Amino acid sequence: MDLQNLPAILTPDLGLLFWMLLAFLVIFFVLAKFGFPVITKMVEERKAYIDDSLKKAHEANEKLANIQQEGENLLKEARERQQQILSEAAQTRDAIVEQAQSKAREESSRIITEAKAQIEAEKQNAIADIRKQVAELSVQVAEKVLRKQLSTDAAQMQYVDKLLDEVSSNVQ
Amino acid sequence: MNRIKSILLILMAMCMPLHLLAAEGNGEEKSIDIPEIVLHHLSDAYEWHIAGDVSIPLPIILRSSATGEWTFCTEKSLPGNFFFDETHHGKIYEKMPDGSTKRPLDLSITKAVCQIWIVAIILIAVFLGVSRWYKKHDSTSEAPKGFVGAMEMLVMYIHDDVIKACVGEKHYKRYAPYLLTVFFFILVTNLLGLLPIFPGGANVTGNINITFFLALCTMLLVNINKEYWKEIFWPEVPLFLKAYPAPLIPVIEVVGIFTKPFALMVRLFANMMAGHAIILSFTCVIFLGWTMGVGMGLGLNLFSAIMLLFMNCVELLVAFVQAYVFTLLSAVFIGLAHPEHHEA
Repeated sequence: MDLQNLPAILTPDLGLLFWMLLAFLVIFFVLAKFGFPVITKMVEERKAYIDDSLKKAHEANEKLANIQQEGENLLKEARERQQQILSEAAQTRDAIVEQAQSKAREESSRIITEAKAQIEAEKQNAIADIRKQVAELSVQVAEKVLRKQLSTDAAQMQYVDKLLDEVSSNVQ
Repeated sequence: MNRIKSILLILMAMCMPLHLLAAEGNGEEKSIDIPEIVLHHLSDAYEWHIAGDVSIPLPIILRSSATGEWTFCTEKSLPGNFFFDETHHGKIYEKMPDGSTKRPLDLSITKAVCQIWIVAIILIAVFLGVSRWYKKHDSTSEAPKGFVGAMEMLVMYIHDDVIKACVGEKHYKRYAPYLLTVFFFILVTNLLGLLPIFPGGANVTGNINITFFLALCTMLLVNINKEYWKEIFWPEVPLFLKAYPAPLIPVIEVVGIFTKPFALMVRLFANMMAGHAIILSFTCVIFLGWTMGVGMGLGLNLFSAIMLLFMNCVELLVAFVQAYVFTLLSAVFIGLAHPEHHEA
């Protein structure tokens, strides 16, 4: 069968095939180089970016929840610490006051005893002083009295006797 | 409402058997040979007919078989040793010195070739325009809208749902540009073929040469694959099926190498050719209606006008479906030729 006698659309045509090959190759090379790869690459990049963003958003949400949790924990801890510090401070204050009081008490008692001792010592001194003065005075008085009254031997003897009596009576 | 009325009126006027009036002037009546008209419109031509006597002459490029000289001319200025052979669909033949006729090497820019280049220009313009948008914008800050968005959707639909799904994750990157090109080439060619006037209207995908070329490309891509040849001649089947008494499976596989692209070729060709033929036939029926009486003619014409409208809508769908099916089957054949499918 002669192929050229088929209907025109079924006839092999070298010219048409040649041009089709040329045109198709041109389309293919232009589109395969500058057309489709650009589009698919961009879309895939965008897809990757969206996936990435979603992942990051999830992570950020988780982080935020963690941060909130952490904040609450911190707050709780801080409150506990405050409580603790307050109670410690109260204890310290009490201890200091206690110590100061005891020290003051000690000091005061020490001062008092010292004062007492000093007073005692002063008193002893005073007494000793007074005694000495009294003895001196009495000796001077006695001298003066004796100088005046014992001018005579008889009276002198009489007086000595009287004194002896008194002393002996005192001894007895 | 007014508009609908006027449209109806125009339709009525168009369907009126005005031809009867015209025929009175001519005095003779030509019978309408529908198959001839349809086939003529489906076939390639050396000019681009627009309306009436108006047509765009297309360049004719010939290499004489007798002298080996190249001839560049148009239909009107064809040298004397060439002629349009009406018994061979008006193709150019050459008168040889010994009196016989022979087909010269004919690289003319025919209507179909011109249409293919128009498609090429459209495709390149569209996709370079679209990729320009992507170059100007940051992929992470903005998604395209409007036309670019629609093209992106279409490209990604074919890329992800057809190519990636059918060829397989591992190998699809190598075949994606070819399959996408084939899809958009067939789609744009089909759609332009539906236009009745100049920038479209040529029957390109309904020409066996074009579908043959596309099927051949797919066949080459399917078969250039080492693993696949082992699968054909030494598949993992019991020995008696592949060696003795007869290499049954290899024979079937070898036949399959040719039947698969053949089916691709015939499917696209037949679908597009048939669609064009039906639309052309209904158009012819309107002319036929003119030759009948007023009542019959009007009824017939209304019917064919409605059918024409319907067929054009169907053809819009078919234009997409055939492009889709060709790409899908090509992808499936390429995918089947890769052994990772057996493991899955």
